[in-house]
Amino acid sequence: MTTLQNEVNPAQNIVKMQTPFQRFVADYFESRIATVAFAVLLVILFIGVFASVISPTDPYDLAVVDVMDSRLPPGTESDTGMTFWLGTDGAGRDLLSAIFYGLRTSLGVGVVSGLIALCIGGAVGLIAAYFGGKTETLIMRVVDLQLSFPAILVALVLVAVLGKGVDKIIVALVVVQWAYYARTVRGSALVERQKEYIEAATCLALSHRRIVFWHLLPNCLPPLIVVGTLQIAHAISLEATLSFLGIGLPITEPSLGLLIANGFEYMLSQKYWISFFPGIALLITIVTINLVGDQLRDVLNPRLQK
Amino acid sequence: MSVFIIRRLLQSFVVVLVMSLLVFVGVNVVGDPVDMLVNPEADQAEIDRVIRDFGLDKPLPEQYGHFLLNALQGDLGKSFIFGTPALKLIIQRMPATLELAFAALFMAVLVGIPLGIYAGLKPESKLSRTIMAGSILGFSLPTFWVGLMMIMVFAVMLGWLPSTGRGDTVLVNGIEVSFLTLDGLSHLLMPALNLSLFKMSLVIRLARAGTREVVHQDYMKFARAKGLSESRLILVHLLKNILIPVVTVLGLELGGLIAFSVVTETVFAWPGMGKLIIDSIHLLDRPVVVAYLMIIVLMFVTINLVVDILYSILDPRVRLQDLKT
Repeated sequence: MTTLQNEVNPAQNIVKMQTPFQRFVADYFESRIATVAFAVLLVILFIGVFASVISPTDPYDLAVVDVMDSRLPPGTESDTGMTFWLGTDGAGRDLLSAIFYGLRTSLGVGVVSGLIALCIGGAVGLIAAYFGGKTETLIMRVVDLQLSFPAILVALVLVAVLGKGVDKIIVALVVVQWAYYARTVRGSALVERQKEYIEAATCLALSHRRIVFWHLLPNCLPPLIVVGTLQIAHAISLEATLSFLGIGLPITEPSLGLLIANGFEYMLSQKYWISFFPGIALLITIVTINLVGDQLRDVLNPRLQK
Repeated sequence: MSVFIIRRLLQSFVVVLVMSLLVFVGVNVVGDPVDMLVNPEADQAEIDRVIRDFGLDKPLPEQYGHFLLNALQGDLGKSFIFGTPALKLIIQRMPATLELAFAALFMAVLVGIPLGIYAGLKPESKLSRTIMAGSILGFSLPTFWVGLMMIMVFAVMLGWLPSTGRGDTVLVNGIEVSFLTLDGLSHLLMPALNLSLFKMSLVIRLARAGTREVVHQDYMKFARAKGLSESRLILVHLLKNILIPVVTVLGLELGGLIAFSVVTETVFAWPGMGKLIIDSIHLLDRPVVVAYLMIIVLMFVTINLVVDILYSILDPRVRLQDLKT
């Protein structure tokens, strides 16, 4: 560890990093839509993190939930004087609170699986690009093979084999996603590898691990961040789909997809809100993340080409 | 050429073998095979019979050989629920899924190409911007939720279209089809549209990109200088040239449509393979799940193989490059 600290001079780094970052921030907020999307995303994240604090009720506290309140339309006042702004679901839970809790689960599963896949896929892609030869051929064959199957199918296979549960869904989502990261990182790492600083690092006889993770990785980050953002939106959507199909998260960990599925049966009897509002929440989440990701891509790209 | 095809065939064979190994490991090693293969209500004699039949008392490599041998003979076990061979059950449901997938493909092309060409010809107009915004939504909205909203609007609120099932079917060559009856068509419309939205967005983008590229080509200027009518210009000279990438991508995406029909079929209770697999997972009908997985893997490997071979016929560079590596 001491040698690492000697090599990376912190003072130098800060001076160099500051200006591009400020430029990046300025570039990002040039677009009005992206600014709004970023603000909405912050609100969504806030709701997700503090769901248990800001929810009007705890939708899974059986002492509070009253079956007599079930399927009330939006805006109804309950006997206790509380208003159900978005109505209640089939079990009498306040839908607004259920959405907050569902958002937390959906975001959690999406972000955790996205980050794990990013680490695995990133490492594998870097290794493929850095070592080349047989290793690269083998890794990229596996990546190509997996990407030739649609994500939903791979997830379906895994869930059918692994079964239900939060951990299993995360495993399935990681397996589905890692290949995208591996391909992205390999693409940019192949370009970076040819550059002189890698040659210099090799001449200094630094270890492979050192070169790959301290020299190559930081320079491959921008495209990885973009793909990561878009993939998290994809993961949230996929998890919602699996949960809707009833093969995703168990009933004890309701995500937005499961809330939508629960409301499906009531939709045919005109009680639209039980499915509709969780769907809107899911929609806003996915579209916002996509908008932020698109803007990140636009802002990060020109710098890459310079 | 034949070297290329043989190499690709061998690769496909390896993929199928690897996938069968994965499915085998998933069913027989990760889980308890007796649990998965025997009906939970079976008695001890039945359990013993299945253990003997599937060779579960033998060492693992031998078991895998047994599984492969059975699979090659088309024997992937019997469904617990229906009591019929799993493979037969799936093949019975396949026409419904294929009908849905092809209807969706048809809609994606029929709607996507004109919209894409319009957006490419007049990129600055308001309508074009709306089309492009719509295609972004088509990409990012979850299919199942759009399906639910369609049911809510068109079936529940307006009452225009039925929300479940296939409706009246007609037998064509012994296969039931819906699109030849009016009732069947009305049942097909919503699920097909739901399934096609994603691909439609893709076609719009491809057609738009192609159009913007083609309109500036010399042959377009020449055709215009010749005095050809605008409609002939677009319908013949432009359309022919933008179709190439569209057809290529759609060929590749057909497999995706079949895979995603799992979602659409569940939403609209369309009695195809996708609904069967979801129901089977819920009912723990393992033989059907295994059979479905094997069939779908086989289907995908075949589609990929055909596309690869077509590519190499269309573009000799592909096969030459492959031989070099």
